[in-house]
Amino acid sequence: MEFEPVIGLEVHAQLKTNTKIFCNCPTAFGAPPNTHVCPVCLGMPGVLPVLNKKVVEFAVRMAIATNCQVAGESRWARKNYFYPDLPKGYQISQYELPIAQNGYIDIETDIWKQRVGITRIHMEEDAGKLIHDPARACSMVDFNRAGVPLIEIVSEPDIRSPEEAGAYLRQLRAILRYLNICDGNMEEGSFRCDANVSIRRKREQAFGTRTELKNLNSFKHVEKGLYYEIHRQKEVLMDGGQIIQETRLWDPDKDRTASMRGKEEAHDYRYFPDPDLLPLVISQEWIADIKNDLPELPEAKKARFKNEYGLPSYDAELLTSARELADYFEACVSFFPAPKQVSNWIMGSLLGLLNAEGKTIEQSPISAENFAGLLKLIQEGVISGKIAKTVFEEMAKTGKPPRMIVEEKGLVQVTDVSAIEGIISEVISENAKQVEDYKNGKTKLLGFFMGQVMQKTKGKANPKIVNQVLREKLGG
Amino acid sequence: MNLYELTIQKAHQMIKNKEISSVELTRAVFDRIDKIDHQVGAYITLTQALAMKQADHADQMIAKGKISLLTGIPVAIKDLICTKGIHTTCGSKILKNFIPPYNASVINKLKRAGAIVVGKVNMDEFGMGSSTENSSLKLTRNPWALDRVPGGSSGGSAAAVSADMCLGALGSDTGGSIRQPASHCGVVGMKPTYGRVSRFGLVAFASSLDQIGPITKDVTDCAMVLNIISGYDHKDSTSVPKDVPDYTHFLKPGLNGCTIGIPKEYFEVNGLDPSVYESVTHAIKTIEGLGAKCIEVSLPHTAYAVAAYYIIAPCEASSNLARYDGVKYGARDKTQPSMIDMYRRTRSKGFGPEVQRRIILGTYSLSAGYYDAYYNKASQVRTLIMEDFNQAFEACDVILSPVAPTPAFKIGENIDDPLTMYLSDIYTLSANLAGIPGMSVPCGFSKDGLPIGLQILGKHFNEKMLLKVAYNFEQTTDFHKQKPAL
Repeated sequence: MEFEPVIGLEVHAQLKTNTKIFCNCPTAFGAPPNTHVCPVCLGMPGVLPVLNKKVVEFAVRMAIATNCQVAGESRWARKNYFYPDLPKGYQISQYELPIAQNGYIDIETDIWKQRVGITRIHMEEDAGKLIHDPARACSMVDFNRAGVPLIEIVSEPDIRSPEEAGAYLRQLRAILRYLNICDGNMEEGSFRCDANVSIRRKREQAFGTRTELKNLNSFKHVEKGLYYEIHRQKEVLMDGGQIIQETRLWDPDKDRTASMRGKEEAHDYRYFPDPDLLPLVISQEWIADIKNDLPELPEAKKARFKNEYGLPSYDAELLTSARELADYFEACVSFFPAPKQVSNWIMGSLLGLLNAEGKTIEQSPISAENFAGLLKLIQEGVISGKIAKTVFEEMAKTGKPPRMIVEEKGLVQVTDVSAIEGIISEVISENAKQVEDYKNGKTKLLGFFMGQVMQKTKGKANPKIVNQVLREKLGG
Repeated sequence: MNLYELTIQKAHQMIKNKEISSVELTRAVFDRIDKIDHQVGAYITLTQALAMKQADHADQMIAKGKISLLTGIPVAIKDLICTKGIHTTCGSKILKNFIPPYNASVINKLKRAGAIVVGKVNMDEFGMGSSTENSSLKLTRNPWALDRVPGGSSGGSAAAVSADMCLGALGSDTGGSIRQPASHCGVVGMKPTYGRVSRFGLVAFASSLDQIGPITKDVTDCAMVLNIISGYDHKDSTSVPKDVPDYTHFLKPGLNGCTIGIPKEYFEVNGLDPSVYESVTHAIKTIEGLGAKCIEVSLPHTAYAVAAYYIIAPCEASSNLARYDGVKYGARDKTQPSMIDMYRRTRSKGFGPEVQRRIILGTYSLSAGYYDAYYNKASQVRTLIMEDFNQAFEACDVILSPVAPTPAFKIGENIDDPLTMYLSDIYTLSANLAGIPGMSVPCGFSKDGLPIGLQILGKHFNEKMLLKVAYNFEQTTDFHKQKPAL
């Protein structure tokens, strides 16, 4: 029997506003526990929420970027449940009337292109965090995160494989990062994903019973968790069993999912409109303003990189995977208009260096101008490609401009033919045996002579000239 | 005349003219509390040392010629309104030891106007009740008859004003909690339009209904306090950015051109006490005699108001009171090892029976499968009630009615009968559902000498018209001048 998975994803993205959604506390990650708190985000008696306009702006950006309809009027709702990390005993969220609905994003890889529908986007506040200290017989709670703004992005059940789920998530994250509204860091929890999974026989229309997967804390775990769950559901059905609607937790240590709670134990959140906040009214003018200010998005940029710079798909995809990297590339090209060469050096040398040091492109020790300067020195023949690697390493260490390094270290390429002729004469006189062999037809020895000359010039001799003069002198 | 008997306006004049000092006035009020509050039981917390210091500071300001509307005036605050550094119990065991690190916005406004906080006064727990008997902390008695309730939930506020244990007080009104105790204690009380006064720092009972308002000895004082506490507050998204007029400006004689509406449904209520009926109809005649035109109006959905209210208010309360879970502040039951049992025991021990009843009512009404039948339906009724008033106010400027069907009842009389208690809110809670302003002014006494109030309702943000009618009525009567014998 052939089965087809049906997957829908719910993504929580933490928004990068400076302050929380309903108070002025900072949102910065990593502060000592309970230092970014105030009576409002602690849910003290009598306090009231006041909406941070920036949160709405960020949500509208994402809504437009994902082709959603932005609601002229949306509502805040209370989601009621008890947990110690939830200071008010309810989370302020949106329920019946979310800020945006009915959108989509297109995901494209070398193999396929697909459209995934976005059911809705809504805003809400994050909860705090419980800290369990095994050395103590109690749990502690840190409310720094309580009230940090989130948007929840709910997809249609349009995804058909774990790989597609991964591609969708990467695309969603790239858009969030391009919009500069979310860090997209799954490990730190600023980008979280729950998955709804079911399977059905191929070509069948009706959906099967779904399970909800939680605790998918990295891209790898999303794909692994989905693989496991799809496989598990297949086995249950093949054995004549039935899928139970339930919430399952992915266990990354054991590489399996386990039931967390069934349908009967599902929370009744008793949603109702929050009487402390007015209906959220958004004018068409404001939406238009936000739309005008949107940056170029990954898909459009990728297409442009292919057309404008003549880059292959692979290069364009990689260089547009982050806005800052694309910006860096374009800055380099503005100084040194040879796109493919720039692309090769970025992908070949720079990204390798950054990966090795765990740095992002914004933390690159080499500025775009200096990076382009290095390529210029090669083109002008001031240094060889080989010396360029040395200069690159020095730039990485010191951040100095390449020309300065070349001068300081005396790395300027020797292009003076008479000087090279002198060195070659030396090499010939010192290696009479090899000269004879060469003349007897062992032309492979040209490389040996090249090496000798380079050794004497510490690699600075222009290889083209050396090659030419050697052939003349050896009579080859 | 004793200093503590002064109205705010009179005291303000005397302070301004340096006939009395704030220290003298404040001391007189504390002496009065000392003498009679063991009988009445209005105060939960007294802040005498702080108050005397503030009075001294007020006198220094006055000496420098810096005087605001309430400089040096001692006032009492309902214990549901947060006061920085001062216990704010909400009449509940669960917050018995809670000291807020912030002031409610109204407290900051009162302080800027120079007012002196005498202390915090008793109330039904979290504002839930009509008799102040639901306070978990103490019993408050009606100064006019010590075996009777002062009304509620702002019973402490009304009793303190009535017994001259402060010059004025703040209460809060979710379904009549200012107007009904004001009526029962023979003082003036106003629930302003929803959004007129900031709710920041008012511990929420039902957020879409709650509103802070003054309880005072007369209409002029009511206008003075309203001047101070009204206005937009960026900390309360539901407060309305609308200019605040000088309400004392409308306290002028003459009701010519004013039309009063009498809702026929309000006089068909079962259990309307004859003495209340008599006093209120007499008051209406008096007002007519002052030049107002009187017409009959209809509020056809009145019969559904109590039911709608007792769904919406508990729904919001069930959510608003979820934060009292023993985790962050307030009382926690530490006898239980599991988290869920900690919640259960903390809340079962911390909340009184009426609060628990309403939390259960609200939780049930919001539950999956019941939401549409209860919360949604009640919200629809609410809209209809609002439309009733809009329609009525096309024909009249104010609506007059009783505040409560009966004068103050005996302590313990209705405590085991929540339904009768709920039904006694029939005249007041529609104003909260509609968000309109409502006021109670003394309009007579029962045969037993119990005060009776006249309710005046008006259009959104038309407090000035309420005050004008109340002022004109007050000028021709002396009910507000009578004092309980204590």
